[in-house]
This record gives sequence, C-alpha cells and structure tokens, in this order.
Amino acid sequence: MSSLTTMMLLPLLGSLLVAVIPSDQVLRIKQAALGTTILVAISGILTWLKFDSENTSFQFVQSVEWIPSFGINYAVGVDGLSLVLILMSVLLAPIVVLAGWNESEGGRWSAKVFYILILVLETMMIGVFAATDLFLFYVIFEAMLIPVYFLIGGYGSGERAAAAVKFLLYSLFGGLLMLASIIGLYVISGANGGHTFDITKLSEMHNYMNSTTQNLLFLGFFIAFAIKAPLWPLHTWLPDASASATPGTSVLLLGVLDKVGTFGMIRFCLALFPDASKTFTPVIITLAVISIIYGAFLAIGATDIKRLIAYTSISHFGFITMGIFAMTTQGHSGATLYMFNHGFSTAALFLVAGWMSARRGSSTIADFGGLQRVTPVMAWSFFIAGMSSLALPGLSSFVSEFLVLVGTFTRYPVAAIIATFGIVLAALYILIPVQKALHGPTTPGNENLSDLNLREKIAIAPVIAIIVALGFYPSPLLNVINPASAHVLELQGFTDPTPSDSAGK
Amino acid sequence: MEFTSPVLNYAQLAPMLIVFGGALIGVLIEAFAPRASRFSSQLFITIFSLVASFAALVNVRNQSSADAAMGSVAFDGAGVLLQGAILIIAILSTFLIADQENFTALAAAIPGSQEERTALQTDLRVTEVFPLTLFAVAGMLLFPVSSDLITLFVALEVLSLPLYLMAGLARRRRLLSQESALKYFLLGAFSSAFFLLGIAYLYGYSGSITLVGIQQSVVGGAGNDVFLLLGIAFISVGLLFKVGAVPFHAWTPDVYQGAPTAVTGFMAAATKVAAFGAILRIFYVSFANAEWSWKPAMVVIAVITMIFGSVVAITQRDVKRMLAYSSIAHAGFLLSGVIALSKSGLDASIFYLFAYGIATIGAFGIVTLVRDSSGEVGDLNRWSGLGKRSPILASTFAFFLLAFAGIPLTSGFVGKFSIFSAAYESGSTSILLVGVLSSAIAAFFYIRVIVLMFFKDPVEDGTSVVIPSALTTVTISVSAVVTLILGVYPAPLIDFITNTALFIR
Repeated sequence: MSSLTTMMLLPLLGSLLVAVIPSDQVLRIKQAALGTTILVAISGILTWLKFDSENTSFQFVQSVEWIPSFGINYAVGVDGLSLVLILMSVLLAPIVVLAGWNESEGGRWSAKVFYILILVLETMMIGVFAATDLFLFYVIFEAMLIPVYFLIGGYGSGERAAAAVKFLLYSLFGGLLMLASIIGLYVISGANGGHTFDITKLSEMHNYMNSTTQNLLFLGFFIAFAIKAPLWPLHTWLPDASASATPGTSVLLLGVLDKVGTFGMIRFCLALFPDASKTFTPVIITLAVISIIYGAFLAIGATDIKRLIAYTSISHFGFITMGIFAMTTQGHSGATLYMFNHGFSTAALFLVAGWMSARRGSSTIADFGGLQRVTPVMAWSFFIAGMSSLALPGLSSFVSEFLVLVGTFTRYPVAAIIATFGIVLAALYILIPVQKALHGPTTPGNENLSDLNLREKIAIAPVIAIIVALGFYPSPLLNVINPASAHVLELQGFTDPTPSDSAGK
Repeated sequence: MEFTSPVLNYAQLAPMLIVFGGALIGVLIEAFAPRASRFSSQLFITIFSLVASFAALVNVRNQSSADAAMGSVAFDGAGVLLQGAILIIAILSTFLIADQENFTALAAAIPGSQEERTALQTDLRVTEVFPLTLFAVAGMLLFPVSSDLITLFVALEVLSLPLYLMAGLARRRRLLSQESALKYFLLGAFSSAFFLLGIAYLYGYSGSITLVGIQQSVVGGAGNDVFLLLGIAFISVGLLFKVGAVPFHAWTPDVYQGAPTAVTGFMAAATKVAAFGAILRIFYVSFANAEWSWKPAMVVIAVITMIFGSVVAITQRDVKRMLAYSSIAHAGFLLSGVIALSKSGLDASIFYLFAYGIATIGAFGIVTLVRDSSGEVGDLNRWSGLGKRSPILASTFAFFLLAFAGIPLTSGFVGKFSIFSAAYESGSTSILLVGVLSSAIAAFFYIRVIVLMFFKDPVEDGTSVVIPSALTTVTISVSAVVTLILGVYPAPLIDFITNTALFIR
C-alpha cells in the first residue's frame, strides 16, 4: 500500500473515531480530530523526506483496478507539484483545527459533525492531488464539494446558506462541463488503444484530436478550474463563501480547495492539451492580469476584513495563473511555490482576522483601531501575514512572486509589467487596513480586547515560522518543484525563450 | 387443418407464470378469505411469489432462447437483467405498499360519504392492492421480453390497467387521486390506440408481427418506407407515453402527485424499467437498421425531455411533483442509451435503470414518512428544517437527491457517466452537451431541497416524521445502501451486465 493511501485512510479512520465518541464529550472529539491531523501532517513530512526530487516520474505509486470495464483504476502517485500541495494541505489541517478550536460551537449541528466533515475533507484534499487517474480525480473533485458545502452552510455566519449554495452551484456547473470533456477524452482513448483514465496515457491523446476537439475539451477543463481558482469573471462566489464560512473553513477553501484549480491547470490543461493551451494563452494571460488588478482594486475598496482577504486572493490567483500559462520553467516553479506560500499567508491572515472579529463581534475594518497597543501579539501576527501577502522581500511570497514575474517577462513583457502594478496595489490594500486596524488611537469598544491565548499562539507560530523561513531559504521546496516544473514543460514541448541581449548587438 | 399444441419452455416462463399465479391466488383470497386474515395472507402471497419468481429467474439466468413461447417471448440476457431489476424493485415497493396508512379504506365509497366514514371507522383495508400489484408486475415482466407486437400490446395493457386502478386508491385527497387515475386511464387508452395503429402499419409494411420479421423486412428494404415511418412513429408514441418523455409527459406530474405515494414509487421505478426495456428491445432488434428514420427525431425528443424536465422542476413546490419532473428529465437521460444503439449503450441503460429505480423507491419511501395530522405533507416549504427534526431521514433523502443529481460516489454518477459516454461514443455530441447542461440545471432544484431541509428552521405546523414501519425501514435502507455501493464500487454489477446483456434475435 502506498504511503499516500495510508495518508488518505488516516483522516477517514479519525472521522470514524470521532463518530463513536459520544456527542457531549466535545473536548475528546476535538482532541481526536487534532491528534489525527497531526499524525497525518507527520506522515506528510515523512513522505516529503522520502521523496526523490531528481526522479521526475510519479512516486509512491499504487494502482488497483476499480471499474475495469471502463478502464478506471484507483491510481495514486506524486510528483514534485502534487507533493508540495499535499504537504501544504496536511500542514494546514492541524493548524486550522487548533486555531478554530471553538468554531464548531455557533453551528447548526454538533461539534462532532463539524470534525467529521473536516476529517473527511482532509482525506479528499490529499486524494485530489494524489490521483493519477482522471476519473478518480474527478470523483474526489466533485465529492469534496459536499463537506465544504455543509461546513459553510452549517457553521458559517451571516448569509451562510446562500453563500454555500452559490459556491456549490458554481462548482457543480464547472464540474459538469469538465465531465463532458472527460467523457470526450474517454471516448477518444477508447478509439486509440483502449479506454483509459491514466493521465500519463491520456497525455498522448492530443495527437489523435483535431484542433477543434482539443480546444473544446480544453475549455471544459479550463472553465471548471477557472471557477475553482477563481479567475475573473468567474470569481463572484468566492467573497461570499469565504466571508460567510468560519475562518478555519475559509483557510481550507482559499488555501487548499482553490489550489485544485491551479493544480488542475498544470496537471490537466497543459499536460493533456498542449496545443490548445498555446492557442488560449493570450486570452488566459489577459484574464489573469485583469484578475490581478481587479482583485487588488476590490480589496482596496473592501470594508469587511474577510472580504478583503478573499479579494486579495483573487489577485494572487491571477499571479499563479499567469505564471502557469507563461510556459516558462521559472514561471511554473514560481506558480507552484506561490500556491504553497499563498496557503500559509492566507491562513495567517484569515485566522488572525477571524480572532479579531470574534473578539470584536464585527468584521468591519472601521470597527478596529489601535490594536497594536491593546493586543500586540495579535497585531504583529496580522502585520507579518499582511507583509507576506504583499510579498515583502525576506518573506516567502516574495520569492514566488518574483519568479512568476521574471518567468512571465521573458515571454510576455507587457503582461508582466502591468502585473507589477499589482504589487503596488498590494501595498495599498494591505497597508490601509494595517493602518486603520492596528495603528492610531484605540477605537472605543476595543480597549478590553484580549490578546492571543496560548492555544492561538501555538496555532499561528508555525505558520509565521514557515513564512519567514521560506523567505530566506526556499530551496527545500524549490528543489522538489524545479525538476517537476521542467518536466511538465519539456514533456509537452514547451521551451524557455533564449535570453538575448539585443542592446549589446 | 391440423392443430399443433404450443411448445412452451416452462422453465424460462416460470418467473412470469409464478407472478401471474400469485395474482390469481390473491384474487381468490380477496373473494373467500375472512377479512381479518386477508392482509397478512395477501402480503405473504405477494412477497412469496415475487421471491419465488426471482429464484426461478436466477435458476435460468444463463439460458437464452428466441423461442420460449412459440416465438412470442424471447428469453435472453438483457431480458433476465430487466426482469431481475423489476422483481427487486417490486419487492421493495411491496414493502412500502404494505404500509396501509396511505390507502383508502374502501375504494368504492364516494369521497366524503357516510359509507366512507363507516369504512374508516371499521378500519377496512384495501387488500386488493396486492393482487393488482402482482398483475402489474407480471405485465412488466412480460413487456421487455415480448418478441412480437401482439404480445407486446397485451403486456402493455396487463401492466397498465392495474396501475390505473392503483393510482386512485389514495386515502387522503381522494378526489385528486381519482382524478389522476382517470386522467392516467384516458391518456393511457389514447396512447394504447396509437400503439395499436403503429402495430397495424408495421404489419402492413413487413407482413410480420414479430420483431425479427420486421427487422428482416427493414434489412431487405422491399416494403413501403412510409408505412415503416408511420409504424415507428406511432409505436414510439405509445412507448414514450409510458416513460413520460416530452411531449407525452402531461400525465406524469398529476398522477405522481395524486396516486398513493407507495404506488407512485412503484410506478416511477418499475414501469420505467419495463417500458425502457421494451423500447430498447424494439429499437435495438427491429429498427436498428432503419437508424436514419428515427434517430434524428429521437435525439430531438431526448433533448427536449432533458431540458423541459429539469427547467420545469425548478418551479415545483410539491415534493412529488418535483420528483415527477425529475423523472421526466431522467427519461431524457435514458433515451440517450436508446440513441447510442450500441452494446455499451445497452449496458449503460440497464445499469442506469436499475440504479435510478432503486433510488426512486427509496426517495418515495421517505416521502411517505413526512406527515401531519391530515396525511402526507407534499408542500416543500413545510419540509424546512427536517434536518433538525430527524437528521438521519433528512440525510438519507439528501443522499438520494444527490444520486439523482449524479454527484460522484452515488450510483447516479456512474449511470450518467456510462450512458453519456455511450451516447457520445456513437456520435451524439448534442446529447452529451445537453445532458451535462441539464444536469447542471437539475442540480439546482435538488440542492434547493437540501437547503430547505438543512439550512432553514423548522416551521411549527405539526409536520412531523412518523416512525417508519419495519418494512418501510428495510426498503429505505436497502435502497440507500445499494445506491452507495453502486456509486463506490459498481464494478461487479457493471461486469455482470456487460457479460450478460444481449438481445437475441
């Protein structure tokens, strides 16, 4: 059994454990959930240590027949790309559980249901990145909507039911378009060597398609992923969903689930439909640049701190998408690293923002002020998270944002230049709330806010540690990412533009 | 003139004969047994003959013969599968029908009359529903294995007439129920006339009433094509009426709403299997070589049916009407399997029919349990907050809805995937696209019900969930488990269908 399967089974077993604990023993339930997620995180780290970064094929593979008459297998395996994302997911899970220790209490249902949903979701988060069978990927891709739907609708705040439905319908719509494309691919594979969903075999199918078919199939996948990621103009579900969900759920939603979109663009759009990807690149780069700028402007104008973070994410996903479709090794490595970093900086922002609004009873930025004096630790945490979000040199996001911009510039200089303005805007959308909420005179009503307690400090410390450490020393991750990125591009015949010094000639 | 006695293969006919025999015994019980013992003996006879019939079917499952009854019955793999599905669905439905809360005390009494009140006070029961069920089942068993048009017509009437009666047996809102029965009967008679007319034209075209004879004429091409076209058109009207395809669907919502819910479930699930079984046999055996003449029209009907069913379902406020429109949409999906006209289309259709039938029985079983003082509560608004009142029941219903919507890890997804890929494989791109889009529309109203049940607060108007009888519990839980298993690990059933399903000519 592959260690990936073990990793997927652990949270599932944990959820069974939670299920048998009586509902009134809430503390036991939480401990069981936390214990499980920590265990999964440890096994994730072990997998990362065992991973051979020089080897570009899938590792820890396992393949079991699932529905043989359709050529469907339960097949898992990781390369550098999926390993990094799995690592991010399993590291975030215990942090989310610990940080949101009391999140389950305002919900419609008991704490038990909350943690069962979280643990089942963790299984699916690992599975969706580990799947090397397209059918398995799709099943998890769709099925994971259900626990998130109930997490938002059952435990969120405000218009939670409406937000949950909007999220679900958007995602289902995209998913069904993708299903049409998957059926198309399946039929083409049947006519060319037998029905299969193995993504390595499917990546050769583009040789058997005419360009119209390839473009249509590509669009089915791309729209689904662009809704997930989310890219302008398909982003409108995100602010509602992440503002209504509990902070912990929002972290998983923005940090992990949305990454499935950008992950899918690399794994499926690029690898399965290289020609169509080239055809659509100009359009997609344009959409990405619009997302960067538009998300930034929305963030500047936001009055609600949770919505602000959601808008910044739209901007960041624009960067990631741009890096992916620049089709350069730097752009790709940057985008993958960006996915990892964004997970942690958003987690930090959202968790601290969640604590702030839980204490204040409001998430409107104007209600805060002078937190620096009242609650210094909380304020500093928010500040560092914000700095990471605006990609301050020395923090992790800087490395990835820089790589994305450099990687894009070599091929699409105009896009890169416009996107650079996104960095300037980022300074605005982070510094304005920092100034309003943290500095200045203490607004009435904030005098007695309590600072972070020990549990919250323990939860936020590793996040900030990762942000700072990867800022100075990103190599452990880049060593894993770089060969994988180069491999993806090389496989489908994309080459980096040769640097030329035209001025010197 | 010499009289030859008919040669019958009794082993192959046994499943049908047993059910017919059981029905006749039921009639005798109704006539002679004392009232007190009727219910238990009827229930016993019904279950016993269905189970015995299933055993007889298992016994001859590997046989196949085009000549089981003088060329009138073709016993083959596809027939075995369809008959098996009908019997399983019938057994589960009988468990629901056994809960006599739904049925009128005395069908002959005028609604609101003194006679009716007396009947209610003396606690009379309509035990005649059991032999009626058996007659309908016997007709359904014969319908998909008939290999000449006269037998086909007889089977159609044998299955329809009891259903007309059963639709009028509701205990509450009796006028509505009787109206629906009359409506069903009149429209049914009308469509039977079309069906007969179609038989006449086909006889005129080919000089034969056997399916194989017609096929040979089509291949020979000697007949007058106008008669063939008219024959196919009129026969299709009769068959499409039974499955509720647009524009022959008008009876569906009224009858689904008016009939006792247990009967609705039986009708929705078993009739669909039988009628689609017959459609598949006729089109695959007789008309396969005249594909040019009916496929375009069938594609149009399928497309309209899918869209109409999904769109109109959105506006429904009554749970049974909503399920009726959803069944119309599913009829459209199932027509894709007819259009595919391939082995994989046949396999997919049989799988889909079984999966859909089981989930339908389960869903209607749950509808029978949500009641207030005056009977079942159909109004969806009064289902609000059901998730709070009885979480297990509401979750199960939500699970069935997700199966109807075709979410992965339910049987509905596997069914949809296989039927759409079969249709696309045979070249129907439009079916694939419309199917996927109308699935997206359909998801909307299924999810709306889930929102109502889980995210709205209960209304205090006496709506409650009654404790299900043991038999109803069995039906609902078996349906739920089968729906889950067929979603998670469908390989054994798919393999069995692939190896068995075949139409003998």
